Amino acid sequence: MSSSTPTTLFDKVWDSHVVRKIEDGPDVFFIDRHFIHEVTSPVAFLGLENRGLGVIFPDKTFATADHNTPTINQHLPVQDPLSANQLKALETNSAKYGISHWGLGNPKNGIVHVVGPENGITLPGMTIVCGDSHTSTHGAFGAIAFGIGTSEVEMVLSSQCIMQPKPKKMRVTINGKLGKGVTPKDAVLYIISQLTAAGATGYFLEYAGEVFENMSMEGRMTVCNMSIEMGARGGIIAPDETTFAYIKGREKAPKGEAWDKAVEVWKTLKTDEGATFDQEYTYNAADIEPMITYGTNPGMGMGITQHIPSAADQGGSKSTYEKSLDYMGFHEEEAMLGKKVDYVFIGSCTNGRIEDFRDFASIIKGRKKADHVTAWIVPGSHIVEQQIKDEGILDILTDAGFQLRQPGCSACLAMNDDKIPAGKYAVSTSNRNFEGRQGPGSRTLLASPLVAAAAAVTGVVTDPRELMA
Amino acid sequence: MAYDKFTVLTSSAVPMPIENVDTDQIIPARFLKATERKGFGDNLFRDWRYNNDDSPKQDFVLNNPIYSGKILVAGKNFGSGSSREHAAWAIYDYGFRCVVSSFFADIFKNNSLNIGILPVQVSPEFLDKIFTAIEADPNAQVEVNLPAQTITILATGESESFAINTYKKHNLTNGFDDIDYLQAMKDEIQSFAAKSMY
Repeated sequence: MSSSTPTTLFDKVWDSHVVRKIEDGPDVFFIDRHFIHEVTSPVAFLGLENRGLGVIFPDKTFATADHNTPTINQHLPVQDPLSANQLKALETNSAKYGISHWGLGNPKNGIVHVVGPENGITLPGMTIVCGDSHTSTHGAFGAIAFGIGTSEVEMVLSSQCIMQPKPKKMRVTINGKLGKGVTPKDAVLYIISQLTAAGATGYFLEYAGEVFENMSMEGRMTVCNMSIEMGARGGIIAPDETTFAYIKGREKAPKGEAWDKAVEVWKTLKTDEGATFDQEYTYNAADIEPMITYGTNPGMGMGITQHIPSAADQGGSKSTYEKSLDYMGFHEEEAMLGKKVDYVFIGSCTNGRIEDFRDFASIIKGRKKADHVTAWIVPGSHIVEQQIKDEGILDILTDAGFQLRQPGCSACLAMNDDKIPAGKYAVSTSNRNFEGRQGPGSRTLLASPLVAAAAAVTGVVTDPRELMA
Repeated sequence: MAYDKFTVLTSSAVPMPIENVDTDQIIPARFLKATERKGFGDNLFRDWRYNNDDSPKQDFVLNNPIYSGKILVAGKNFGSGSSREHAAWAIYDYGFRCVVSSFFADIFKNNSLNIGILPVQVSPEFLDKIFTAIEADPNAQVEVNLPAQTITILATGESESFAINTYKKHNLTNGFDDIDYLQAMKDEIQSFAAKSMY
């Protein structure tokens, strides 16, 4: 491609990582950073053993335990023998192959998509994979990042490459400024509600426009995190001064001369004017209000003051729609405001960073937790946990009747004991409202930390703007 | 892990006319605690298939003895959500070798191909025809011909072709996998890595 051809950010990063192109087949795609965790890696390591293969570049893989860890009493032995076994396998495999391992109790431990960025492992222009679909989070830094299966984990361990057909490109632009009480989570839930849960399947997204340019890194991570919820392989945002300021000084970030050289390269990582996408969508920030989901996929979301759409508008998908509302115990055309909430969960790789807890605290400060609400407050990492303490947020939580748990994926996927009971309603800052996702029979309403906080103190679905100064 | 070669599969099919079947339905997260690839089929569609007391839910298709076969036919956007390969393992371990839908989630499609399950994407119209054929005769035979890239309802002769790239087709029909391919080009990868900024 000549230098005069306008190129997208995605193409620049992708094309520079293709080791070999296979005719009528996938690209052999080089991976700069590989994150592993206890759930999707053990079988990959078994595969290596069965084939007699080693790990080609152990310094490009980073292990952390998160999916299946308890969020209380982490200093005690893990009770569930199966979970303990997975954690042990991660530790043993990492040690055997010389891979960095931040296990339970390590001060760097936390959710993989929180600890990667906060320790400077995630950098612009990288290709990043992990056996977890929310790897798309790292796209916030101008990296191509996406989730892979366990067979692919084995490929990366043994060859630092995977075989990938190049996705198509889609750009989503949001112009204007987000209103009061409207957060990055609302922006992405809005996009998903417009595109549907499968609307970006086959595509890689770029998020562009004023809203994302003005967004913090934490916010950009929240947005990119949920790219997979519309089926996209991932989402990317061009790195800028906000990105560089976030990375600078972090443990594994380049330093000194290497930093200056890196920034020079990173500044070229943007979509050239005139570059074309296979699909483009443009929205206005003014149309977005605090969002909430009412169904069993993340595309079934709406503004919090709206009413649930009618089944008649669902076309050929009517029966699936009715199955979904039936599961949730909701009816078409109902309002969501005022619905009773049993559980509130703040945390996860979507909303488990310090800004999320600041938002949460801004609403609950001076208020009390509703008596009937059980709240699980789960930081994304020990570093976030420390920030919560250092900034006085823990005091606000405690005064309002909340307890802080220890880091992990927790109730987002309910692999550990943090399960929402059957039939109960949870306002959750996580990423999926699938049937049973947060425990068998659980009913999830996805929302921002502000909406979660408003529900936690009122006990019902509440517009957070009513509680904001 | 090596898998069986896939060429021509003729079988009755199990109908699941539900859209957006996500990987949390295929295998809930609480069953992902194994460190070996064994026994996942027992928990395939766990919460749709069993009550809380582990008794089978009689109205779920896998518990209905009139339906069986190596082909699962499902509504659009099958396999969305989590990247867990366990979803594909559970489908394989249960005994399915082919999933037919009018639309697949990307990661699930890759995972399936990597373990020897053939995802066959058909038009919404053809998907309806398969459901209709199974409704008329639960034992209706469906032929999936990978070399010819066709899927045929044998009773009516209705057929449609499906897409798959040459590389993956070659792998599936020969039982090869990507790791074999990548191991054979390690020198090329080493010299690529030497030039990498990271």
